Amino acid sequence: MGIIRSLSPLLVVCFLLWPALTQAQVEDTEAQQLLTALAESSFKEKKDVVNRIAGSGDERARGWLEAFASNKLGRIESSGQFIIVLENRGRDWTVESALTRENLGEVSRRDIDTIRVNNALRNELEGILSVIDLKSPDEDNRLSAARALKGSVDDTLAERLPELIDAEESESVQAALTEALAIYRVEEQGDVAAVATLSGSLNSEARAALQQAMRSDDPQLVSAAQAAMKSIEQKLKLNRAAETLYFGLSLGSVLVLAAIGLAITFGVMGVINMAHGELIMLGAYTTWGMQQLLPGQPGLALVLSIPAGFLVAALAGIAIERSVIQHLKGRPLETLLATFGVSLILQQLVRTVISPLNRTVITPDWMSGSVMINEALSLTLNRMYVIGFALVVFAGLMLIMRKTRLGLEVRAVTQNRAMARSMGIKATKVDILTFGLGSGVAGLAGVALSQITNVGPNLGQSYIIDSFMVVVFGGVGNLWGTLLAGLSLGTINQLLEPWAGAVLAKILVLVLIILFIQKRPKGLFPQKGRAAEG
Amino acid sequence: MSIFQELSDREHVFEFLTQVQSPVDVRHGPILYLDDVNVSFDGFKAINNLNLTIDDGELRCIIGPNGAGKTTMMDIITGKTRPDSGSVWFGSRHNLLTMNEPDIASLGIGRKFQKPTVFEALTVFENLELAMAADKRVFPTLTAIMKPEFRDRIDEVLEMIGLKELRDALAGILSHGQKQWLEIGMLLMQKPRLLLVDEPVAGMTEQEMERTAELLTSLAGKQSVVVVEHDMGFVRSIARKVTVLHQGSVLAEGSMDQVSNDPEVIKVYLGEEA
Amino acid sequence: MWLTRPLQERSTQIFLGVLFAALVVVSALHVFMPQDSALYVSSYTVTLLGKYLCYALLAVAVDLVWGYLGILSLGHGAFFALGGYAMGMYLMRQIGDRGVYGDPILPDFMVFLNWQELPWYWLGFDMAWFAFVMVLLAPGILALVFGFLAFRSRVTGVYLSIITQALTFALMLAFFRNEMGFGGNNGLTDFKDILGFDLRTDATRLGLFIATGIALAIGYVVCRGIVTSKLGRVSVACRDAEARTRFLGYRVERVQLFVFVVSAMLAGVAGALYVPQVGIINPSEFSPLFSIEIVVWVALGGRATLYGAVIGALLVNYAKTVFTGVMPDAWLFALGGLFVLVTVFLPKGIAGLLFRKKKADDTSHTPAAQEATA
Repeated sequence: MGIIRSLSPLLVVCFLLWPALTQAQVEDTEAQQLLTALAESSFKEKKDVVNRIAGSGDERARGWLEAFASNKLGRIESSGQFIIVLENRGRDWTVESALTRENLGEVSRRDIDTIRVNNALRNELEGILSVIDLKSPDEDNRLSAARALKGSVDDTLAERLPELIDAEESESVQAALTEALAIYRVEEQGDVAAVATLSGSLNSEARAALQQAMRSDDPQLVSAAQAAMKSIEQKLKLNRAAETLYFGLSLGSVLVLAAIGLAITFGVMGVINMAHGELIMLGAYTTWGMQQLLPGQPGLALVLSIPAGFLVAALAGIAIERSVIQHLKGRPLETLLATFGVSLILQQLVRTVISPLNRTVITPDWMSGSVMINEALSLTLNRMYVIGFALVVFAGLMLIMRKTRLGLEVRAVTQNRAMARSMGIKATKVDILTFGLGSGVAGLAGVALSQITNVGPNLGQSYIIDSFMVVVFGGVGNLWGTLLAGLSLGTINQLLEPWAGAVLAKILVLVLIILFIQKRPKGLFPQKGRAAEG
Repeated sequence: MSIFQELSDREHVFEFLTQVQSPVDVRHGPILYLDDVNVSFDGFKAINNLNLTIDDGELRCIIGPNGAGKTTMMDIITGKTRPDSGSVWFGSRHNLLTMNEPDIASLGIGRKFQKPTVFEALTVFENLELAMAADKRVFPTLTAIMKPEFRDRIDEVLEMIGLKELRDALAGILSHGQKQWLEIGMLLMQKPRLLLVDEPVAGMTEQEMERTAELLTSLAGKQSVVVVEHDMGFVRSIARKVTVLHQGSVLAEGSMDQVSNDPEVIKVYLGEEA
Repeated sequence: MWLTRPLQERSTQIFLGVLFAALVVVSALHVFMPQDSALYVSSYTVTLLGKYLCYALLAVAVDLVWGYLGILSLGHGAFFALGGYAMGMYLMRQIGDRGVYGDPILPDFMVFLNWQELPWYWLGFDMAWFAFVMVLLAPGILALVFGFLAFRSRVTGVYLSIITQALTFALMLAFFRNEMGFGGNNGLTDFKDILGFDLRTDATRLGLFIATGIALAIGYVVCRGIVTSKLGRVSVACRDAEARTRFLGYRVERVQLFVFVVSAMLAGVAGALYVPQVGIINPSEFSPLFSIEIVVWVALGGRATLYGAVIGALLVNYAKTVFTGVMPDAWLFALGGLFVLVTVFLPKGIAGLLFRKKKADDTSHTPAAQEATA
């Protein structure tokens, strides 16, 4: 509070300087007049004033009207200065000058007189604002304005629209406007010709218009609307399928990420690491930790987390390998138990040291939001990044296993340890590196997971069974199998979900895998031959 | 449950049939008959148009370089590996390709593995007990009682394989050669019609080898014996008829002298060794 | 007879002797000692010991399949819980109209969910004999179906372990759903009486404790009977060299199935005795963590000894009671550490420490055994 009070002299200085800005004042007399009119007229008259402002061609008009519509345009009582409220919480509001857009700092709420608006006006404003936008030089602005018009065209706008459509250069904007007009015509005039325009449209307003048309008395209109509706429904179905597929693939790529590290440690090395889930958790916590270290830069922190998460998980994995797993070589069941113990310890460690509660990991701006494919289908960006990331990680691993010396040595050691050693391969070193690699990939999975799920001590637990299922389903020792299994299991899960519910879908998938193993005990891509039989 | 399954399993051979004497039908000649068998692992042809006939009571040696398909052939006969094509008959009645391992074993085909596999956590006596021809279904096994005549039979075999003093020792502490013997003893307990013996003398001393040769030749006649072996001396000492496998098919067949003079064989196999 | 054979065995005689002596001593101290005596065993302690004995029976069941058959089941909690639910359903039906909502037929949670009538699978559970048969059948049938599918396709080793874990995980998710009709999250609770005896009286609690002790004795003798029979030796053969056993003419999958089902039924009995003593059964008994904990009891006690499983179960659960009372956070550290220590440093468990001499049963770490599990 003290700070605010000490600031108020500064505000006073601002007011004193005001007359000095003559240049601006001269130019702004018209704007001043318009705003004054807006502030002082009755609701009925305000409509005219709003239209005058919109027609003034002033490039600030949009901002004023927008602020007006959301109750944020006002006047400081003491000075008569028009302002736009930026922040209206607390007793003092942050405002800027409506005319110069200069930030005026905080002003007492009681000193601000907002210009009243009512719902009728607000509706009017929406249309007017969109017309302003339709004249914007920027095509994207025009397009979103045109899209917003659908279902909200009124009589006056409808009259102006044909002319706007003709004047429009961009085809997509033109199409959007045509559709908006058609919706109006179907709804208000029962225009059969306009129904055809709406056929195949994915817009919900268009559907509402068609549904209304289907209830009309005009049989011609009804049948035309029905036909259009049918084509729309088909298209919608397709889009829904595409959406399910997208969700399936994104869930699948999460599974792939979680399982691919396992495919290396379990599939290639034959080591059962039940603490794999906790390595994923460590990767996720690394992301959180990184964001704590670099406050305000979630994007940078996330990018840095990729190598950091890999390193943390890889080191943890190597520590587990050296301290526990290497003593249990050739005893897979014991390895399973011991690493399960490690997973309990790691979980409890996180609970004790950090917190038993979930931590929030911030999603950077460039990863939030979504890409709109059409009006019925938009794909969230973070999931898209995860899919891409999973593919990149997979490709990277494939390269390492196929093209590098390490990959060759790993394959040699797994196939015949004694022989590989006698050929001068340091089996222990290979073990460490391979386990580190598999664990590091788990860390990468954690970094990716932190963007789409809660980061908490139980994060890893929820993925470990799924991951093993993916590896077993895909065929142990086969990276391609893991990829295919992960993606298909994710998709199957998503396909079942709307029909069976999330929990039941999960159960069904588990049962499905158990049954699948009946048919193909060695997974999708089994290893054949004498060696595989053991 | 298991009874229902047995009844519904058309290929199931009921224990009472196999109990006394193997029902294998050898009136029409060979006891084992492999026709045009093919197996491939990931594109590698382990067995390639293999044709092989073993007569009843015959002692046959099979030799061949590594990777010739000897062990895979045994896997096929005992039901462990299914061929891609071809047919395998035991006598003229039993199509082995439709049966699983225990059924084939009950029919009277016994197998000794390349690497001696005995039950190391059980005693020598117990190993032989498990191998003994008996009702091997779950409940009869649960209620089985060690009758004096069984004990005598086991002791008899113990004597034969020279492990009498080690009767109550854990099989795990036996030497490599002793394990080989124990496994042969287990084969004898099974009273099979056909014995498949994979490298029986690996790791044996000269003396042990001699006794093995003696044992195997004494078995022939009553039972059919197929021996896979690398040791040429050993093969020469027991062999009447030798089959040479190469790249999954038969390269030559005949007496030891015949095959060792075969130019093809010398080229791919003996030549390399000499 | 295979069942009476163990009774002539010295080790079984000792085990039964110790068990019965413990039952008698605890009962006597509970009944005859004045409440303020230092030697008095409270009703709470009796129930706690009864709970431990249930766990001991469960551990014996796990040891039968793991120790002697080489099947590491990470889903035995599911069989335990199914037995428990069967018993819980009987106890629920016994409440009758004494529930909060006073419905003579429907348990409270069904009234709460607005169900109009009893689901078909709840029918018959008002009869004790039916419920007790189901205690055996429910886990038995699950084990039969699951085992049939798994063993037929020769799923063994770690694969089987992971799938059993998935099984109990799936069941846990399923039982959490209210629609399943098993009380969802809360499970079944608020039991009143069993076979007409009030569950809250000391006498009933003591009776349940003794019944559990007897069940453990019977379970132990049954397992020992199997283990010392020829079938037991075949099991060990399956464990160490599955393929070899098959070539001897044994149907390995049927041996595995038989032993697995017996073990599941024993686990079910343990669960059924557990529920009236702790007074609740809920889906958390299906959690994979619980199932894997059982395995560690067995590992600590020493696998393939049966009595080791009992020792392990008693020790770990006593430790758990102490730890969770004194410092709850440390329990998971201790448990995790136990997993690591036992597997790395004590592969034969406490029993292995006690009896160093080589025995036929516990040579599970010979090279052949390692290969068989690989």
